[in-house]
Amino acid sequence: MSGVVQVAGELIATRRAGAYHHLTIVSPGVAELARPGQFVALAVGGATSANLLRRCFSIHRAKPSGTYGGTVDVVVAAHGAGTTWLAGLRPHDPVDVVGPLGRPFPLPADAVPCVLVGGGYGSAPLFWLAEALQGRGCQVEMVLGAASDDRLFGVVEARRTADGVVVTTDDGSAGRRGWVSDVLGDVIDRTGAGVVYGCGPMAMLRSVTEIAGAHGAVAQVAVEESMACGVGVCMTCVLPVTGNDGVTRMVRSCVEGPVFRGDRVRWDAFADGVCRVPADTLGAPSAGGH
Amino acid sequence: MVDMSTALASMVLPNPVMTASGCAANGHELHRFFPVSELGAFVTKTVMAAPRSGRGTPRMAETASGMLNSIGLQGPGIDAFAEEDLAWLGSVGARALVSIAGTTAEEFADVAERLASSPAYGAVVGVEVNISCPNVANRGLVFACDPVSSERVVRLVRDRLPEGTPIFAKLTPDVTDIASVAAAALRAGADGLTMINTLLGMVIDTDLLRPQLAGVTGGLSGPAIRPVAVRALWQVTAAMREGRLPTAPLIGVGGVRTGRDALELVAAGASAVQVGTATFHDPSRPRRVVDELEAEVARHGFGRFADVVGIAHDRTARP
Ligand SMILES: Cc1cc2nc3c(=O)[nH]c(=O)nc-3n(C[C@H](O)[C@H](O)[C@H](O)COP(=O)(O)OP(=O)(O)OC[C@H]3O[C@@H](n4cnc5c(N)ncnc54)[C@H](O)[C@@H]3O)c2cc1C
Ligand SMILES: Cc1cc2nc3c(=O)[nH]c(=O)nc-3n(C[C@H](O)[C@H](O)[C@H](O)COP(=O)(O)O)c2cc1C
Ligand code: FES
Repeated sequence: MSGVVQVAGELIATRRAGAYHHLTIVSPGVAELARPGQFVALAVGGATSANLLRRCFSIHRAKPSGTYGGTVDVVVAAHGAGTTWLAGLRPHDPVDVVGPLGRPFPLPADAVPCVLVGGGYGSAPLFWLAEALQGRGCQVEMVLGAASDDRLFGVVEARRTADGVVVTTDDGSAGRRGWVSDVLGDVIDRTGAGVVYGCGPMAMLRSVTEIAGAHGAVAQVAVEESMACGVGVCMTCVLPVTGNDGVTRMVRSCVEGPVFRGDRVRWDAFADGVCRVPADTLGAPSAGGH
Repeated sequence: MVDMSTALASMVLPNPVMTASGCAANGHELHRFFPVSELGAFVTKTVMAAPRSGRGTPRMAETASGMLNSIGLQGPGIDAFAEEDLAWLGSVGARALVSIAGTTAEEFADVAERLASSPAYGAVVGVEVNISCPNVANRGLVFACDPVSSERVVRLVRDRLPEGTPIFAKLTPDVTDIASVAAAALRAGADGLTMINTLLGMVIDTDLLRPQLAGVTGGLSGPAIRPVAVRALWQVTAAMREGRLPTAPLIGVGGVRTGRDALELVAAGASAVQVGTATFHDPSRPRRVVDELEAEVARHGFGRFADVVGIAHDRTARP
């Protein structure tokens, strides 16, 4: 487990980005340690909040030093109580930040072409990943998809950063009508990509993994599981992942993830909004047992 | 300066604040935020004989001032726990209160025996017996809901542990008469009691109109249950004071977020306090409660923490 800090942060900027809220938070110490793919856990609702559990967000940007000290940016989709509270914050409001958390995207040792796939706000962590990859000499293309135009995040930034960008929307309101999976295979073939990085809904990560495999690339995916603590102490955020030893374990996505090799995730366990424990998992309940 | 030390049977601790089992893993994670040796004791995640995967997900639901969890006692099994986690806790100078469980009374005993024979046993200051777990031999009824099974488990564990190791039986509040289960545990040789474990609850997802947890029901914890913990500690302490139960130290747990919350449990009768769900809100909470509780004791003008234990029983207004 790498370095982590807890800081009483301060919101310094908030702006709309389509359907999302883009927040910049002064949080000294977090940005210095952060790597692309890591996340922060934010407390919500203030000191006497009835919402005790932290909300986790991928780090969109980390700036170790600025006018106000180190900042991190996150992109928030408001739906439940906590995200709605965060979206309503005004500049200079306090925000308690724990981070950086989790394992970052692993970077390839050689300068191989890479494809970065983002679904909805899942594109948020991909831009500084793109820069880190380009810093190693990798060619980077991006595929961004969402239900509709307002749910795409960072298309302009993608066009500025990446060597090529393909956009898809379910309703055709921007880019090609369809899913990222409709175009991904062609992009991998055209670029000769060795690695596909994905961040977005679980169903998308599953198809990214399958398509990457079919086209000869390795998939590295950042999963999103419900998290109560974000720091590794509650065991709520688990999913079945097969290790180097071939054994499947229920592992904590907040400390061993959120980034996993896609072909190691037991996608067969996910159906109907729940994840079951595969029968061959280490310590799986025996029939009639726990 | 307040003397914050506390004596729990033969277990003497520099301060009365602990983690709660299952809310702090086995120490590495929180050690990134504060040295876990600064707590009175570190209570480990309940461990059973063999590795356990736990249940599927979703395993949790947030509720008003609390949460529901259905982890299913995921863990590495006692041997890996002793070799890795317990040894590590010892290496950083933590005082480990090790929580154990089994799906049968014999499994509890087996876990206790393997723990006692581990080379890292020196780090163990006591054993918490999590009897709030389902008994497969009794149609999955929780041991702690039945005085007879509770007594049997504690007796077997007592037999397998060195005499000097204090045992705390952890009780569930989901019973009609908590004092009768407390009596059974103490009769069987428990040195003290930890209370309370979570309350059984359920949440329906109102979009999908189905249970939100994959395991359907789960344990309710957090500030929402604090009054239940205070009540349970009160009832058992009252029974001890009235001579209906042998006197034994109590460890209070349930909804503690601040030093003031901890003081409530202490005034009701707890000689030590565990911080559970609040750790998810703030990973440094257990450590902060040490200082906050000391400030609370000082605010009331006491020089010794021990003088506040159970004080609410003396100060109750008589009609
Ligand atoms: C590693 C990671 C990165 C994420 N990055 C982003 C991001 O960049 N932008 C963004 O908008 N969202 C992101 N999410 C999802 C975000 O954490 C949830 O949408 C948010 O916690 C929901 O909070 P709420 O108050 O709206 O919902 P509520 O339903 O009120 O949340 C209740 C509880 O459930 C947990 N929870 C509910 N849904 C999720 C979920 N989908 N994922 C994790 N925990 C959940 C919450 O943390 C909280 O503890 C990320 C999640 C993870 C795990
Ligand atoms: C996620 C979670 C996991 C838990 N796991 C255990 C466990 O393994 N063994 C146990 O005795 N209690 C377990 N508990 C119960 C706590 O130790 C504690 O008794 C209860 O949560 C009440 O305290 P709190 O309100 O401070 O959390 C767990 C609680 C939570 C929230
Ligand atoms: S969110 Fe608590 S262990 Fe991962």
